[in-house]
Amino acid sequence: MVENKTYIQSFCTIQNNEIILEGASIFKLEPTLFSDFSKKAYQNFEMNYPKFFKMDSLSKLAFLGAELLLKNENSESKENNTALLFANNSSSLDTDVKYQNSISDPENYFPSPAVFVYTLPNICLGEISIRHQLKSENSFFIFETFNPVFMANYAKILLNSNKAEKVLCGWVEYYDEEYKAFLYLVAKEGNLEHKIETLLTEYNK
Amino acid sequence: MEALKQELKEKIIDVLNLEDIKLEEINDNDALFGDGLGLDSIDALELIVMLDKDYGIKLVDPKEGKVIFKSIETMAAYIKENRAK
Repeated sequence: MVENKTYIQSFCTIQNNEIILEGASIFKLEPTLFSDFSKKAYQNFEMNYPKFFKMDSLSKLAFLGAELLLKNENSESKENNTALLFANNSSSLDTDVKYQNSISDPENYFPSPAVFVYTLPNICLGEISIRHQLKSENSFFIFETFNPVFMANYAKILLNSNKAEKVLCGWVEYYDEEYKAFLYLVAKEGNLEHKIETLLTEYNK
Repeated sequence: MEALKQELKEKIIDVLNLEDIKLEEINDNDALFGDGLGLDSIDALELIVMLDKDYGIKLVDPKEGKVIFKSIETMAAYIKENRAK
């Protein structure tokens, strides 16, 4: 397998009620709950996708980031070749706990199907795939912290083996109102080289 | 019956997170699935849970749901006849 250089085409960070795209703040609210922040971000960017409101917080977080980075991709490229490579620390624990609470009292045992379907972290990849009609490779990994070495290697293998034309990579961590998303689109062409130091620098900003 | 229909509309918007839909946009005879409100299979399961939780009605045959959940009108009529709470 020939190892070619890869590039970061675009990137964004969502944390502390703010969305930063390519280093510039594009949306910010005063401190509020994530449900309020995510709803107002959705409205602000006119995403027009009612299923957004049915998603759990992890999926909303991943969806918002993906919307910003994939909205300008042409449909031909999106349909087949943009792989999804995501990771986090807390898996779907936030929703798992909510679901557990709904079934912990035998006298009040009403498990919610709509909550249950989000008790896996990779469901957020499905939501993005449905929205952008991706039929591509996708993987969700659990790490203690953001792991740029693993992510960069995995993305490069996908690109250099022609499994994907682009790779949307993401750290999407959400648990109990604490959240951070760092998403970036890696491709075979671009201006910003896809390097571990660059990923770490942008992640830590 | 009118109060029950109003209550059902409020519950459906709340339970199914239909944030983009206003109460007055749901007509009593609108189809809840398909071309109407566009609910999906997970929503159908959620409505079955709602019947149990809020009205004490346990649907033993899921096929019944197709008739019961046709519209607000059919749901309200079924609940009125079968409610245990």
